[in-house]
Amino acid sequence: MSSPVKSTAAEKKSEAGTKRQTSDNRAWFGMKPKKEKGLDAVKEKVDSVVEKMEPQKDPEEEAAAEERRQVRYHSLDALYKKELADHICSKRLVIILVIVAALSIASVYGALTGIKSAMDAAASGKGDSFDTTFMFLKLYTTSGNSIPSYMSLIALIGPFIGLILGFDAINSEKSNGTLNRLVSQPIYRDSIIVGKFLASATLITVMVFATGIAVGAAGFLFSGIKPDGEQITRVLIYLIYTIVYICFWLAMSMLFSVFTRHAATSALASIALWLFFAIFMSLLAGIIADGVYPVSTEYQQAVNALKNANLNTGLNRISPYYLYSEAASIIMNPAARAINAVSYAQLVGAISGYLSLGQSLLLVWPHLVGLLALTFVSFEISYVGFMRQEIRGN
Amino acid sequence: MSEDYTIIRTKDLTKAYGSKVAVNHLNLSIKKGEIFGLLGPNGAGKTTTILMLLGLTEPTLGSAAIDRHDCTRDSLQVKRITGYLPDNVGFYGDMTGRENLRFTARLNGVPEGEIDGRIDQLLERVGMTYAGNQKTSTYSKGMRQRLGIADVLMKDPEVIIMDEPTLGLDPEGMREFLQLIKQLSVEDGRTVLVSSHQLYQIQQICDRVGIFVGGNLIASGKINELGRKIVSEGHYVLEIEVEPCDDRFLGFIGTLDGVKKVSKEGDRFIIESDRDLRKQITEFLGVNHYTLLHLRQKGGDLDEIYRVYFEQAEKEEANHVKSGKEHGSRKKV
Repeated sequence: MSSPVKSTAAEKKSEAGTKRQTSDNRAWFGMKPKKEKGLDAVKEKVDSVVEKMEPQKDPEEEAAAEERRQVRYHSLDALYKKELADHICSKRLVIILVIVAALSIASVYGALTGIKSAMDAAASGKGDSFDTTFMFLKLYTTSGNSIPSYMSLIALIGPFIGLILGFDAINSEKSNGTLNRLVSQPIYRDSIIVGKFLASATLITVMVFATGIAVGAAGFLFSGIKPDGEQITRVLIYLIYTIVYICFWLAMSMLFSVFTRHAATSALASIALWLFFAIFMSLLAGIIADGVYPVSTEYQQAVNALKNANLNTGLNRISPYYLYSEAASIIMNPAARAINAVSYAQLVGAISGYLSLGQSLLLVWPHLVGLLALTFVSFEISYVGFMRQEIRGN
Repeated sequence: MSEDYTIIRTKDLTKAYGSKVAVNHLNLSIKKGEIFGLLGPNGAGKTTTILMLLGLTEPTLGSAAIDRHDCTRDSLQVKRITGYLPDNVGFYGDMTGRENLRFTARLNGVPEGEIDGRIDQLLERVGMTYAGNQKTSTYSKGMRQRLGIADVLMKDPEVIIMDEPTLGLDPEGMREFLQLIKQLSVEDGRTVLVSSHQLYQIQQICDRVGIFVGGNLIASGKINELGRKIVSEGHYVLEIEVEPCDDRFLGFIGTLDGVKKVSKEGDRFIIESDRDLRKQITEFLGVNHYTLLHLRQKGGDLDEIYRVYFEQAEKEEANHVKSGKEHGSRKKV
């Protein structure tokens, strides 16, 4: 027992030695101008002029600032890596992978059968004529065999990935007693929550790109549909929207994890919110719109139809689910030309055609801003809440 | 010089949650290298005090400093030299003991090359080398506490603060753990602040104690000094067992001057008085042919100190409440 004790004591001494050294250095830096003043009168003048011109920098303050930067960097780095490693080794990643794999395989299968049956129908003259431009995008947007398209599946199931990654971010650490150990380390407290968010966001990014590209690749392999540059760009933009969308749900579930005591509570709360936005929001919007602008009689329809539709979409757009779905449908379907209700009068003289990529983006960039804002607001609330919280043992 | 250096100092440190005052004008000074016991019942404000010392919660009033660094404004610096072993310390269950320590080392900015050596050394020191590669979810309470000590020592702190560290340890584990705490102070010269409500254990290792009730520090000093103080204030407790134990003896006790309270505990009488009664009682027993089975003057041990100060504090509290009520009723009028 005695030898390790001795070595710690020795180590302590040596550390104290280095501490002294650094403080000596600081003193030396501080002394430097004084010494030169004593030696050289000319230099003194120059120095004084330079001093007047340059804002004074306290070497000690600078060293402290540098140290703060160092602390911020290494603690955030350590936390980020640990969170990422945790996620990668966790069982929940297996759950996510199973969900995503099932979703991707099913949607590719559905899309291929859907495209095939539509083409067959068109060839035999029974169905509508089949449009073969932007075929590659149809891999993502076509449903078939009663399997929803990849796009709508992601819109519905994607939030679940964010929820799984974030619902117990803070409160489980609290109940495990690891959080109060963590906050007593010499780190900035925000590194904890920022590190967690960044690690989960990284995982989401990797996963979304991996599955999105895998779906395209599988579709290409089985159908031989070749993508062109614009279609690839559209898919990539769509995937970026998806990342932001899932990150919103991550931020949302982290928000619940900051403000609830039990992981089960925050999981249920975020699932409830997810179901509300995915299912009930559209019903609610319809009810409110019909209540405010009734369209039951013919007269009311004539007067209120447009207002009713506008209010309905407006309310729906509060929901990130709707916002994302709308944006995705515009990006992935160049034939879609408008997101709001369009009157017949407006359509008179319109030439049917596809929107260019830039024009499609013009329609949906507010959606991206909206989703980003929602993400930042929920993260900000949890950030502030977390910073102000008093963390004590359970 | 280093012996007398006050490393932890609080000045009128106060924390109120709404109208409830958790810590009330706490003035504490702890010298470098000593083990200070912060004693008090649950809910006395010990943990709140510790949180304020670490800058984890802001004081409502007053200030605290560790090694001249303000605990609220300069908490990063304070956390760098202060190790904290929280009540019910937890580790990441999916990670091994070593991995947990490595994570702490990285958070503290220990250079990557030195980490493994430090971990070996610390595990050896707390006697946990055998379990270093086990997942911490398999650890017992005692093992977790030991790993907690290693975790705290990772940053090589000058001050170590422990919140209820002996809670839930078995007697053998407790003894070894206290030994470990003692070593930290004696061999390494670190300052240790231990909060606890388990008096006997803490009594063995503390240089000084502070007794904390209802947010107020009602006494602080060396244990034997506190004991002497109680005795000099006229608190005597006599434990006595006689044969036969009859009413005549009880009646005699009632006639003695200065008896405040007599109670029976099993076959023994507990006599509280404001003076030493031993001489009178033994004389009476000798003359009247009683057999003395047990006689002990209590006092001076921490339990007694604790009890006496608690009673005082409770009385004051009661008076306070009463006067508060009167005050309130007067206001209404």
